[in-house]
Amino acid sequence: MIAGTNTIYIDGQEIPFTPGQTVMDAALAASVYIPHLCHYPGLPPSGNCRLCMVETGGRNVAACIAQAAAGQEIRNNTPELNAARMAITQMLFVEGNHICPSCEKTGNCKLQAMAYHLGMLDQHFSQFYQHRDIDASHPDIALDRSRCILCDLCVRASRDIDRKNVFAIAGRGIDAHLIVNSASGKLADTPIAATDLAATICPVGAILIKEQGYRVPIGQRIYDRRTICETGLQEHIAQQRRDQ
Amino acid sequence: MTTDHQFKRKIKIATTSLAGCFGCHMSFLDMDERLADLLKQVELDRSPLTDIKHCGPCDIGLIEGGVCNAENVQVLREFRAHCATLVAVGACAINGGVPAMRNYFNVQECLEEVYLRGSGITNPQIPNDPELPLLLDKVYPVSEVVHIDYFLPGCPPSADAFLQLLQPLLAGQKPVVSPSRLHYD
Repeated sequence: MIAGTNTIYIDGQEIPFTPGQTVMDAALAASVYIPHLCHYPGLPPSGNCRLCMVETGGRNVAACIAQAAAGQEIRNNTPELNAARMAITQMLFVEGNHICPSCEKTGNCKLQAMAYHLGMLDQHFSQFYQHRDIDASHPDIALDRSRCILCDLCVRASRDIDRKNVFAIAGRGIDAHLIVNSASGKLADTPIAATDLAATICPVGAILIKEQGYRVPIGQRIYDRRTICETGLQEHIAQQRRDQ
Repeated sequence: MTTDHQFKRKIKIATTSLAGCFGCHMSFLDMDERLADLLKQVELDRSPLTDIKHCGPCDIGLIEGGVCNAENVQVLREFRAHCATLVAVGACAINGGVPAMRNYFNVQECLEEVYLRGSGITNPQIPNDPELPLLLDKVYPVSEVVHIDYFLPGCPPSADAFLQLLQPLLAGQKPVVSPSRLHYD
């Protein structure tokens, strides 16, 4: 292929980009789905979850933070990359406590939807069964760290959109965990509100709005009706705010 | 002269519920009238549906529930020893499911909470009859105890999902769960 100006090729498909745009943003603008969990258009990317790994120039890069470059040839939907994505998803499942039948987020959960998308039938690795703290101190918002996948979407949403800086990730490696920015370390002592982006952006069931449980019955939820490929192409912070 | 069907041996299926709620078995029964067709090709061996107590040689074993006590281990090993193909059916068999939520506590804490400190308890004591199987330290997925050939997710898997698993298996083919049938809840 001849490298066009401001064009990249994803799985052979020609995709335009504007200078400074990431591979992910160019792909989404052209309705090409690259699997992702920690990316949300409208928030700065952080490259945490590594599900958006694509292959270019003989190495793997995270599409959400890699800048598009003219003529770049990228492989995305390949059996090898999808197998690696499946292994990452399985590791996210076993590291936390993701018991779908007992979780209010089931059917609306992106981790679950990603596992459906990748055809995950079992978790392959041994469960960690970690005991992680629950914070139910806030009248409107519950935080169950058992289900946190450390995507840091709430951290970015609270810092960059809500301007409240309520969350942070502390610790490294297996000790990494979500902390709350208040003297007590409790949500009740922060200015977070149920209408904040940080309270509603959680892709899993770690941050839940209270007193809304099972308003939409299981079987009629987002990923009971649509796939994450479909919803992933339509997400943007501006849209999310309008829906609120 | 004998007809073909007299030569065709029925496929033997055994089923069991370990640390499960029998929901997967109820869903299996939800095949309703399709069970009649299935039973033309299939004969049930050990199963809560037949009350046969021990597994004979079987073609397919369906395991519901995770592994929470010593008896579960024994039953699961019996199934593995006698079933050519073993399938983990439902969330609890695949990852421990809801019973595995006790894994965040130790067994002593669980027993004390349930039998000594829980609400509405009269004559508090931890059951210790020798006939009761001993609890394991944690509830385990069945794949951590024996080799599993196929997984059928769901809580429970729907009757259609059971059919989608069994029909290829009965035909000697590898079952494939279609994405639209894939559910963990």
